[in-house]
Amino acid sequence: MPVEIKLPQLGESIHEGTIARWLKKPGDRVEKYEPLAEITTDKVNVEMPSPIGGRLVEVLVAEGETRQVGAPIALIETAVAEGPAGSSEAPVTTPVPAAAPVSSAASAPSAGAVAPPPRTAAGVRLSPLVRKLAEEHRIPAHVLDALPGTGAGGRLTKDDLLRYIADRAAGAPAPPADRSPSPAVPTAAVAPGTGDEVMKLSPVRRAIAQRMAQSKREIPHAYGVIEVDMHAVVTWREAHKDAWRRDGVALTYTAFFIRAACEALRANPVVNSAWSEEGVVLRRAINIGVGIAVDEGLVVPVIRGADQLSLSGVARALDDLTRRARAGRLTLDDIQGGTFTLTNPGVFGSIWSMPIVVPGQAAILATDAIVKRAVVRDDAIAIRPVMHLGLSFDHRIFDGAVAMRFLNHMKEWFETFRDGR
Amino acid sequence: MAELRYLDAIRLAMYEEMRRDERVVVLGEDVGIKGGVFGATDGFYAEFGEARVLDTPLAESLIVGTAIGMAANGLVPIAEIQFADFIHPAFNQVVSEAARIRYRSNGAFGCPITIRAPYGGGVEVHGGLYHSQSIEATFAHVPGLKVVTPYTVYDAKGLLKSAIRDPDPVLFLEHKRLYRAIREDVPDDEYLVPIGPAAVRRPGSTLTAFAYGQMLHETLRAAERVAAEGIDVEVVDLRTLKPLDTETILGSVRKTSKAMIVYEDNRFLGFGAEVAAIIAEEAFDALDGPVLRVAGLDVPAVPYADTLAAAFMPTVDRIAETMRRLAAY
Amino acid sequence: MAVHKTRVHLARHEALGLDTGDLLEMYYYLALARAIDERMWVLQRAGLVPFVISGQGHEGAQVGVMWAIDRERDWLVPFYRSLAACLVKGMTPRDLMLGLFSRANDPSSGGRQMPAHWAHNAHKIFTTSSPVATQYLHAVGVAYAAKLRGTGEVVVTSIGEGSTSQGDWHEAMNFAGIHRLPVILMVENNRYAISVPTRLQMGVPDVAVRAEGYGFPGIVVDGSDVLACYEAGCEAVRRARADEGPTLIECKVERLTAHSSEDRQEKYRPTSDIEASRSKDPLVVFKHYLEHAGVLDEARYTEIHARIRAEVTDATDYAEAQPMPDPSTVARHVFFEG
Repeated sequence: MPVEIKLPQLGESIHEGTIARWLKKPGDRVEKYEPLAEITTDKVNVEMPSPIGGRLVEVLVAEGETRQVGAPIALIETAVAEGPAGSSEAPVTTPVPAAAPVSSAASAPSAGAVAPPPRTAAGVRLSPLVRKLAEEHRIPAHVLDALPGTGAGGRLTKDDLLRYIADRAAGAPAPPADRSPSPAVPTAAVAPGTGDEVMKLSPVRRAIAQRMAQSKREIPHAYGVIEVDMHAVVTWREAHKDAWRRDGVALTYTAFFIRAACEALRANPVVNSAWSEEGVVLRRAINIGVGIAVDEGLVVPVIRGADQLSLSGVARALDDLTRRARAGRLTLDDIQGGTFTLTNPGVFGSIWSMPIVVPGQAAILATDAIVKRAVVRDDAIAIRPVMHLGLSFDHRIFDGAVAMRFLNHMKEWFETFRDGR
Repeated sequence: MAELRYLDAIRLAMYEEMRRDERVVVLGEDVGIKGGVFGATDGFYAEFGEARVLDTPLAESLIVGTAIGMAANGLVPIAEIQFADFIHPAFNQVVSEAARIRYRSNGAFGCPITIRAPYGGGVEVHGGLYHSQSIEATFAHVPGLKVVTPYTVYDAKGLLKSAIRDPDPVLFLEHKRLYRAIREDVPDDEYLVPIGPAAVRRPGSTLTAFAYGQMLHETLRAAERVAAEGIDVEVVDLRTLKPLDTETILGSVRKTSKAMIVYEDNRFLGFGAEVAAIIAEEAFDALDGPVLRVAGLDVPAVPYADTLAAAFMPTVDRIAETMRRLAAY
Repeated sequence: MAVHKTRVHLARHEALGLDTGDLLEMYYYLALARAIDERMWVLQRAGLVPFVISGQGHEGAQVGVMWAIDRERDWLVPFYRSLAACLVKGMTPRDLMLGLFSRANDPSSGGRQMPAHWAHNAHKIFTTSSPVATQYLHAVGVAYAAKLRGTGEVVVTSIGEGSTSQGDWHEAMNFAGIHRLPVILMVENNRYAISVPTRLQMGVPDVAVRAEGYGFPGIVVDGSDVLACYEAGCEAVRRARADEGPTLIECKVERLTAHSSEDRQEKYRPTSDIEASRSKDPLVVFKHYLEHAGVLDEARYTEIHARIRAEVTDATDYAEAQPMPDPSTVARHVFFEG
C-alpha cells in the first residue's frame, strides 16, 4: 500500500504551502529524509524531506499549486521492511523539515514565542472533550494552537472552544490567531474593469495582508512620535564603521536602534508584552523582529535574546539575518518568537511612519530617516542629524505616557551615546 | 407530614416494616431493652417482644452468621452492628457467606438480610480510631452485597424500608453525625426509595461533585460558598454505592465536563477511585479536566483529639478549594 | 460429662425400634456413600476431575445420626465431608456426581463451587463454604427461625474437630445454648485437621466436654457404630422437639483416606495408625453386625451391591455427559433475578 505523504505543518500559523518544485519524479527511489520537494509558504521556503523511504509512486500536487497543511501531496510505496507501522507514525503526518534551511535550530524557547506554545504539540494537552469538540467542528490544529485559553496555564477549556464555535457560526471575525486567509481577504467587492489586470497574490503578500488586516481589526492602535538628535550616534558610527567592516561587521544604524530599543524595553517591560483576555503576558525574553524588505515584500526575522547582545553582537546577527532573508534562506526559527518589532522605513526616506503592530505583540517601533535639520540647542540654532522615532502600540495594554517614556528612554540613549555603550 | 430527625426515620422505617411483616426481626448488641446505643430500636422490645428484638451476645460474626441462617429459614433479619468499626470480626460472614449465598447456590438460596452500621467520624463524633471508621469501600468491593448510604431524612426511611424488603444482603450505612443533626418533613404515608438511583441535590453547570452520606452536607455547603464566585457546582448524592447509578454519574459529567468525588473514607482505593475510573472509562471524551478526589487522609482512621480529627476530615474549606481548582483548570 | 457408648451387642437394633428393612436401607446408604466416594477418587486419579475431598470413614456417624431426623421436614447444614448425610437427606448419586464434574445442572452450585460443597434447596440442605465453622452459625440461625416461627424443624449441622477451634464455632455453641435451640451439633472427630493431630488442636481429649460450658449436653459416640450414632441422634432429636435445646454429638470417626486428593497422609500418619483406622471402618463394622444379626445374607449383599454399582455407574456416566456451565451465565445469580 502506498503511503500518503502530507503537506507538513511547517511552522506556527502556517496553514498552506505551495509546491515550488518536485525534487523527485514518479518512479524515483526516495531515501528516508531525502529531500522530496521544495515548498514555499507565506513565511519560509523549505526543502521537505521525505518522511519515509520508498518509491515515489505519484505526485498529487503539481508544481506551483498550493495546498492546505495536511493535504496529501504524494504517494510513496514503502519498502517491505518498513511495513504499515511506518505509515502510521507521526513523521508521515507532521514531518519535521530536515533539509538544511530549516532544521538546524529546531528548538525555540517558548518563553519568547509570540503565540502560546502550540497546544497540539507534544507536552501540551487538550482535554479529551476539547479534542472531541475540535474534531466534531472541524477546527484545524493551527486554530486550536492559537485560540486564547482561559484555563489554568492558558489551557484551552471547553468554554473557550464553545465560544469560538458559537462566534464562528455567528459569522463573527476569526480569532486572533486564526490565520486562515478567508476571513482576512477584503470583503468589499472589487471588480476588475476593462484593461485592469489582477496581480495574483503570492503567499507572502497574502500573509502580510491577512496579518495586517487582523491587527487593524483587533488592536486599537495608538501612536507616539519623538524627535531624536542622532549627532552622537552618527559621529561615533562614522568614526568606527570602517574598522568594523574590516572585522567583517556591517555597522548599520539598525543595530543601534535595536540596542536602544532593548534598553528601553528593559526599563519598560510592559512594552514587551502581548494582550490576552486573562491579562497582559509580559515576555521574559526580548526577541526583536526586524522588518527586512525582500523582492516579494517584507520578512521579519527575529534576533533572539537581543538584550543579551552587545552592539557588535546585534550587528553580526542582523547582518546574518539580512543576508539570509535576501537569499530566501531563513529558517522557521528565524521568523518565529518575536516579542517586539522594529521597522526601518527611514532607509526608503520616510520621515514619519506609523507602522501596524504585529499580532501577538504590544508595539512596533518605526525608525525614520536621519535628516539634517536646524534645531535649537542651548538657545542657539544648530544643524543636527535628526530622526523621528514612532511607536505604534496596542492601547489595550498601555497608554501614551508609557509609550513616551519608552521613546524618551531611547532618545536619552541615543543622545548620550558614547564609546563603550 | 411530620418533621423527623434522621434517627427517627431509621427507627420508623424498621418499626413500620416490623408491623407490616412479622418475619422481620432485629438483632444486635443492646437493641433490646435499651433500644440500641443510638436509640434506633427504642420501644421495639416492648412492642414486638424479645424473640423479634434480639439482644445478641457480644459477637459480630454471630450477629451476621445467625442472620444468614434465619434468613435461610424464612425470617427477614435486620442485623445491627453497633459501630461500623466492629464489623470486621464479621467480615468473613459478610463477604464469604452472606454476599455469596445466592451465587454459590446458583440462585437456589437467597440472603435477605439488612446489616445496619453507624459509621463515620468528625470533630463532633469524638469516635477515635474505633468509633469513626468508614467501611464502604471495603464492602462495596464485594459482589453480591448492596451498599446504601443515605443522606436525607426522607431517603433514610425510604431506603431502609427498601433494604429490608430487598431479597439480597444490604449493608446500610448511617453516618452518626446525621442522626440528630438534620430534620426534615417526611410524608406520613408509606413510601419507598429504590435502591440504586442517585439523586441530583443541586443542579449546576461548572463541574459535578459526587458525594454520599455526611459528605453531602459538607459538599453542598462548599458549593454554596463557591457559587458566590461564579462557580456553579452540580452536587450528586450517590445514595447507593452498590449497585451504582453510573447513568446519572455519566450524565452529569457529560453535562458539566468536570468531576470530583468527596468521601470521608481513606483516599487510597476509596470509593472515589471507582467513580473516577468509571468516568475515565465511559466518559473520557466528555472530560475537560482531571477527576479529583477530596477524601479522608490515608491514616488508619479518624484520631480522637479535635485538632487531629479536624485534620483528617474533608472540610468545607478543602472541598471548596478543590472546586475552585477544578473550575479554573 | 462425656458418655461413652461404644459397646456393640446383637439385637440392639430391635431395642432402638429398627427393623430389618431399616437396617438394610442404612447399610445401603453406607455402602452407596462409600462406592460413590471411591469412584470419585478413581475419576480424579484418571484425570477426569481435578479434585476430590473424601468422607470415607465418616459414613457410619452420618447415616446413624441422620436416620434419627425427619428427612423431609428437618434441615441439614453440612460440611465438606457430609457426603453420606446428603445422600440420606435426599440427594441422589447423580446430584453428587454432577457436583464432582462441575456440570451446569449441578444442584449444589451449578458448577460454581469446588466438589463436596453440597446444597439442595428442595431437600433443605443449606449451602456451604470453605472457610470452616461458618456453617455452625448458619445452623443455629436456621434453628432460631424454626423456633421463632414454631415450625418444629430440627437442624443438624456438622463439623470436623479441627474447626471447633474457630470463633464461629464458639459463638454458635453459645447462641444455641442461650436460646435452647432445636439443633443437633455434630462433631466428626477423625483426629486430624489435615495433618494436625488432636493433641495440638485442643487441651481436652473430647470436644464434647465443652458442651457443658454452653449449657447443654455433649456426648461422645463411636462413629463406627452406626446404631450408637442413631441412638445418640434419637435422643438429640427428642430433646430438640421437646424444646430442651441443643445436643452436641461428638462422633469418633476414622479418616480412611488422605485429607483430599492434594494430600499425602503417609507423610504425617504412621502406617500403624492408618492400618488401625481401616480396622474401624464403619462399613465393615456394620456389615459384621448385620451378618451376625442375620439381616444381611449373601443374596441380599449381592443384590445391594449390584444396585449400588449400577447407580454409581449411571451417576458417573450421566454426570460426565452433562454440559458444562454456559460461560454466558458466569454473572448470573449475583443478585436476585426475580
